[in-house]
This record gives sequence, structure tokens and C-alpha cells, in this order.
Amino acid sequence: MAVEETRIVTKFLRAREKDSWTFEAARKHNKAYSALEKALGMEPATIVAEVQASGLRGRGGAGFGAGQKWSFLPKDVFPRYLAVNADEGEPSTFKDHMLLERDPHQIVEGVAITAFAIQAHLAFIYIRGEFALGAERVQQAVDDAYASGFLGKDILGSGFDLDVVVHRGAGCYIAGDETGLLSSLEGERAMPRIKPPFPAAQGLYAAPTVVNNVETLSTVPHIIRRGAKWYAGLGVNKSTGTRIFSVSGMVERPGNYEVELGMSFRDLIEGLAGGVRDGKALKFFIPGGASAPWLMPEHLDEPLDMDRASELKTMLGSGAIMVFDETVDPLLISWRLAKFYAHESCGKCTPCREGSGWIDKVLYRMAHGLGRPDDLDLLLDFGSNIVPGLNAPFAQTTICALGPSTMSHVVSLDRYFGAEIRRRLKRDHAKRNALEVIAS
Amino acid sequence: MAFTDAESRRAKEIIARYPHAKSALLPLLHLAQDRDGWVTPESMEEIAGLLDLTPALVLGTCSFYTMFKREPVGRLVVSVCTNVSCLVNGGPSLFEGLRARYASDEDVLVEEVECIAACDLAPVMQINYEFHGPVTSEAAVDVIEQYQRGELVARSVSGTSLAETAKTGGTA
Repeated sequence: MAVEETRIVTKFLRAREKDSWTFEAARKHNKAYSALEKALGMEPATIVAEVQASGLRGRGGAGFGAGQKWSFLPKDVFPRYLAVNADEGEPSTFKDHMLLERDPHQIVEGVAITAFAIQAHLAFIYIRGEFALGAERVQQAVDDAYASGFLGKDILGSGFDLDVVVHRGAGCYIAGDETGLLSSLEGERAMPRIKPPFPAAQGLYAAPTVVNNVETLSTVPHIIRRGAKWYAGLGVNKSTGTRIFSVSGMVERPGNYEVELGMSFRDLIEGLAGGVRDGKALKFFIPGGASAPWLMPEHLDEPLDMDRASELKTMLGSGAIMVFDETVDPLLISWRLAKFYAHESCGKCTPCREGSGWIDKVLYRMAHGLGRPDDLDLLLDFGSNIVPGLNAPFAQTTICALGPSTMSHVVSLDRYFGAEIRRRLKRDHAKRNALEVIAS
Repeated sequence: MAFTDAESRRAKEIIARYPHAKSALLPLLHLAQDRDGWVTPESMEEIAGLLDLTPALVLGTCSFYTMFKREPVGRLVVSVCTNVSCLVNGGPSLFEGLRARYASDEDVLVEEVECIAACDLAPVMQINYEFHGPVTSEAAVDVIEQYQRGELVARSVSGTSLAETAKTGGTA
């Protein structure tokens, strides 16, 4: 049987490629804001309970229960804020990019419902600075929603007020970390903050704040419309519902695929994305964005299940799946990821600020034939100052998860290609020694 | 260059959106950069005045973000991704080729960037933050030339363009 997507969040934008982002099309063909209307007739606490019962887990990376996060807000402390994380930057993730450009009304509706549920009267949509078209469409959607009474004062006669501000980032990966995002929104460098206090207790301007990802909020209207029971009936175990997976790298059909959780990596990569291109064999794949430890061909029949991924010592993270064929040098991929983290380390915590640069430099020489015999062990040795124990789930000596991410790919190299790399380093070293002897 | 009356009105309107004025820092830096093509020291001082911050604080935030240029970069910013999904699809050679070609062109900045979230279009580049991909080196040059001739025009990052602001007198 052919493998198929289960489209919920992407159903409308796929069905109307020409105008899905317009207010008219969204109202006429997608019942946009009908879930908001329903939600405004519910008790806020009932909405929180409903989303909790649906099992919806954050789609940004950490996979924390969305409704649970909302329930952490301290009682009777106001004002509260909602911050939407649209600063998509985890390498090879491009799902929020699509949702922003092609279904902005679904996001605005999710924002309004969530703000009502947590009783916030001001929400910020923090959009990655580089997303020019996405920001334009979200701003247009917000303007249209104001003009039609779905945002602003006394929404649909409910007495609930909500203002939404579209805010642009300016090029910075770590603003995608939830506390980094709040620092950035306050006009600071996007440096993450020590938790606790968690944003739910003290977030934006030290007020209770919920930070949710774009895809998470895009799912909320569907849960309100069709019920928690329906959503919880989709998926597998504690990974309920559907997720959008961004598949890229060396596949026939790179793209975003929304599938029911529990589908196998094989069905996603081979069935939907067309498999490794040009008939080549799969060497390895990264299952959850650059920060996720790697998986091998023998893992293809494992399910897309967040908790099963943890058992395999990796994660589904941001839902980005990078596929590499047999011709790829894992050391080159690892070095490029190291270079990324060295560039994006914000510099707040010493282990990450200093360590990420070291990892970049050592991997560069390893990948370019200049490695020393003990280089992999050298990396594992000083890397354990960032990730004590080097064992997933990663411990960390840094404030945010960028720290352990600097070592995630190194741990993967050692786990799956360790013997091969150690042999290669010895060979490269011997070759250089021989050349020196000849030259002298 | 100091903000004109229309620009100051626009700036105040942006500041008013936030409970704390300092939150308007990034939007105001975008506004200044959209006008001048880079963030001038004078702009930073003026923004500091508007937000009641020191210029050093403005510089401290500004220098953290890669989109803010603190020296003139020319009219076109060409951002080429070389992160892993682009790497296995020819991103690095696209970048090197364009960098060499425009090395002495003061009007075009070719920069290597981290993942810009369009890996289904790999190898992908942005021209003034508009996406183009997948592109070969030849196609990339062709697109750049279309921007140079004015056949393609990028959106402004700060949203409403200042020209529009001037026309409408700065109302939202």
C-alpha cells in the first residue's frame, strides 16, 4: 500500500496553493476563526485541560506538553504574555517557514485561542529576521484579523481583549531558544537565561510568559474544533497526533511531510521522500535537526515516536530529517555542524564559548587529512567538560541546550564510525610523516 | 543621517507597541538599516536617544545579530547557505563562485550564512532576504542581475517602507 500523509495542519495550505494565506480563502474554505469563536464560549481552564488531554507536545524541539506548560502559570499573577517562537533556525528545519508563508491565519487563530486560554492580553510573534515573505503575510493576517474583530478589543463580543505584535529577529540561531527569544524581545543580545525561574513564572519583563512554537499553535485550533479525544486517538503512545517532518539532504523528493506519529522512518524517507537519490545506499541520517544524535540504516524501521527516539539515545527534536548517502564523509558533516555551533554560540557560558571553537578547529583538521591519531579521543575528552558523561540524554554544564548540541554529532561519530575514523587518523598521520621523511 | 519627521513618527509608533521601550530596539535598527543600507553610528546614537539607552548598549545589541551591518555593504546582500543540506547539494561551490565573481563589486556583498530554513530548495540563497533556489551558479548570477536592473525588488525588512510612511504621514 502506498504511504500517505495525514494532513491536518497542512491540509488547507496544500489544497489551495494559490491563495491559502489570504483572509478570504481562509474564511471561506477553511472555516478560519470558527475555532476561536467556539473557544471564546468555553472556560479558559477548560481549554487548557482540553489541550492537555490531547497530548499535544511542543513541536519546536523539546517536546514538552503544551497544555502542561500553560498550566504552570502562577494563579492570579498578571499581566501575562504569549510569545510565539517563529525563529526557526535549527539546521534543516523548514516547516514553520511554510506555515508562516502559507497559512498565517491558522497561526493567528491559534495565538488568539492560546492567549484566551492563558488570559494574556498581549502576544508577540517573533519571526526570524530572514523570513521577509513570511513576516509580510503574518502581518497582513494580523491586520485582517483586527479589521474583522478577531483581534483587538472585545473580540466577538466576548469581553476578551488581545493585541498581537509581529516582531522581527535579526539573524541569530540562539534567539530560537525560549529564554534567548525573551532576551531578544527585550532588546538585548539573545542570550539564554538560567532556569529556574522558568518563563511560566518569570518570562518576558519578568512576568509569567508562555513561549510556544508555530506548529504547536497551528495545531491548537484543530484540537478545539474536533476535540482532544480525536487528536489523542492519532499517533502512538505518548506521541499523539501528527507532525510535520522536513526531509532534506540526499533524497529524491525533499520537502515537508505531515504524518501521523508512529510511522516508520523508512516510510517517511523512502515512501514519501522517495528514498536516497540516484539509487545510492543510505549511510546515516539525522532524525531531529542538527542537535540530534545520528541514526543508521538499521534504525529505518523504528517508529517516529519521541520516547522511542530517547531510547535510541537521540530525539525527534524539531522534526528535521537529514539524509546522507554512502558517498558522504561523516567527518565533513560533523565539522560543518561544529562550525555552525561555533558561529552561533552566544558566548555566555565558558564551556560552550571556548569548547565550540575547539571542536570546530579539531574537526576541521580531522576532516581535511590533517588529523592526529588521538584527535577523536581528544574531542571526547574536552567535550566531556560540556557534556559530562557524554551519554544521552545529555547532561550539560551550560545554561542552554546549544552546549550539548556541540558534542551531539561527535558522540555520533564515535558511536557509529569510531573504529573507521581512528584507523583513518592513523593513516593520515603516517602519510604525513612519510612525506616529511621524503622531503628531508 | 538623522531621522526625518516622518521617520521619527514611525519610530514612536513602533515604540508604542511595546510595554517597555527597549523592546523596540531591533525594529528600530531594521528601520535605520532599511533606509541607509547599514546601521550608521549616527543611527545608533539617535536610537539610543529615542529609547533612553546609551549608544554603547545599542551597539552591544546590534553587533550580536548577523543581519545588522555596521559598515556599508552595497545595495545587494547575497546570502548563500553552506550548512549540511546545502553542503551535499553544492552550496559551498555556489558560495565560492559568487564570492570570487563579486569580490571587487562594491554594490554586491556575497556572504556565507547558516541554515536559512529552505532546505527543500538546496542549494539556496537569499538576495536581500528573498529566497531563490535551487540555483546553479549561472542561474544565481542571472537572478542577481535581475535585481541590479530593478526587474526584481526585495521587500523591506522593517515592514512598511519609509516611502509609504511619508505618504501616509506615519499612521498604521
